[in-house]
Amino acid sequence: MEAGAGARDEAGAAVAIEGLSHAFGELEVVAGLDLAVPPHSVLGLVGPSGCGKSTLLEILCGLREPSAGSVAVGGERAAAARLARCAFMPQRDLLLPWYSALDNAALALRNRGLGRAEARRRAGELFGRFGIAGFEGARPDRLSGGMRQRVAFLRTLVAGKPVLALDEPFAALDAITRAEMQEWLAGALREDPRTAVLVSHDVEEALYLCDRVAVLSARPGRVVAELQAPAPRAADRLAAITDPAFVAAREAALRALREGSR
Amino acid sequence: MRAARRIVLPLLVIAALIGAWQVAASNGAIAAALNIEAFLVPSPAEVGSALWDNRALLWENTWVTLREILVGLGCGVLAGILLALPMRFSSLLRDAFFPLAIAAQAIPLVAIGPILLVWFGFGIWPKVILVALATFFPILVTTLDGLRAVDPEAVKMMRTLDASRWAIFCRVEVPTALPSFFSGLKVAAAIAPIVALFAELVGSSSGLMHEIVTDNANLEVARVFAAVVVLMVVGLLLFALATLAERLVVSWR
Repeated sequence: MEAGAGARDEAGAAVAIEGLSHAFGELEVVAGLDLAVPPHSVLGLVGPSGCGKSTLLEILCGLREPSAGSVAVGGERAAAARLARCAFMPQRDLLLPWYSALDNAALALRNRGLGRAEARRRAGELFGRFGIAGFEGARPDRLSGGMRQRVAFLRTLVAGKPVLALDEPFAALDAITRAEMQEWLAGALREDPRTAVLVSHDVEEALYLCDRVAVLSARPGRVVAELQAPAPRAADRLAAITDPAFVAAREAALRALREGSR
Repeated sequence: MRAARRIVLPLLVIAALIGAWQVAASNGAIAAALNIEAFLVPSPAEVGSALWDNRALLWENTWVTLREILVGLGCGVLAGILLALPMRFSSLLRDAFFPLAIAAQAIPLVAIGPILLVWFGFGIWPKVILVALATFFPILVTTLDGLRAVDPEAVKMMRTLDASRWAIFCRVEVPTALPSFFSGLKVAAAIAPIVALFAELVGSSSGLMHEIVTDNANLEVARVFAAVVVLMVVGLLLFALATLAERLVVSWR
């Protein structure tokens, strides 16, 4: 993707999480996590509510320091370095209502001091590929849920960071739109592979979009199973998710999830 | 249809009230009820001709009062914003100065009016100070509340998009605070004329309140009513201007 060109360091994109624990006061949310994400692969995190998935993403992005253990993004452990390498896509799209879709998408470029016209031009080039051409000038409240999520994802990609942290990006959408958006995101990642960590409460979504899926236990979250996805981001989603290998992986994940919730 | 009703109906009500007043004033019913001389109760027609006949005098005094209101309101808004910004950035400053702001707000304007007159004379400044004192607080409180209403998730999102503290302030906090600021501005715009009139009452050599006091003493009752009509128009225009500015600036709501 053009907007990210130059900012990406192929070798440095991997994420390494070692012995990571985090507690809010007395409340331990994640305990002793070891996870690694190879460059250009997508790691899924599924787990029951409150198992620290979102906290983990915040730590990954350098928005928080862990209580114990280490997180390295592209070999760098410092929070500022992690913040510089990760782009965070929150559960709610968090489009700023006072900006048009185009100005929202161009936020990262503007934040780096690029002029408004140039930032808008560069972000605008991607609207066609994201299927939202013609909506550049629309304010977020004029866009459907699916379109808002596309703009939010575009905003994340335009930041040109090597690692994407996706926090239940489609949780707020209805089932049909969510399936469409999963296919769309799979296509976008096929075209432009990125290192990503995707948090989801939906096993099927995680197994379809990710290369590997880590199942976390109830709080304090620890990894109870790690599964290889049979056909990550396949072009034919319906065929992929009804394939026996996929169904088996899904069953294994659901069993692990149930074990871990006890 | 609905829009027409919302304009036509209130106009009809106002016209009916003015008509009733015209009848009751010209046949002396009000004066009789109050047990006063009939010339002390001007009819709307008399007020209308007083407005027209004294237009130069009224305009001169309106301009004096309007200037007091606008300069005072401007100073109050500026002070409110300038106090809110550092208080947003530093909890130390907020803890240190917010009680002082509340204390300044609690100063009884009626009591310090005469003192300001002694210190600053009959000119515009005592009026400006009183209006500013009365209007800075609503601006300060609403602006501060607006700035603090920022969505913490939006701030996190901006940080991962390489936003500096300043960029977060300009692109997230200020727009978040604007609707609240305008609520404060509308309150301030409603208070300012009242305080300006009070300040003129304390001591002034011109202005609409000066005019009203003088005319009342000389039993020029129609001109008093004419000045009141002008003041109503000024108040309505100020509020309408604040509302218009809000619509133009907060266009995403």
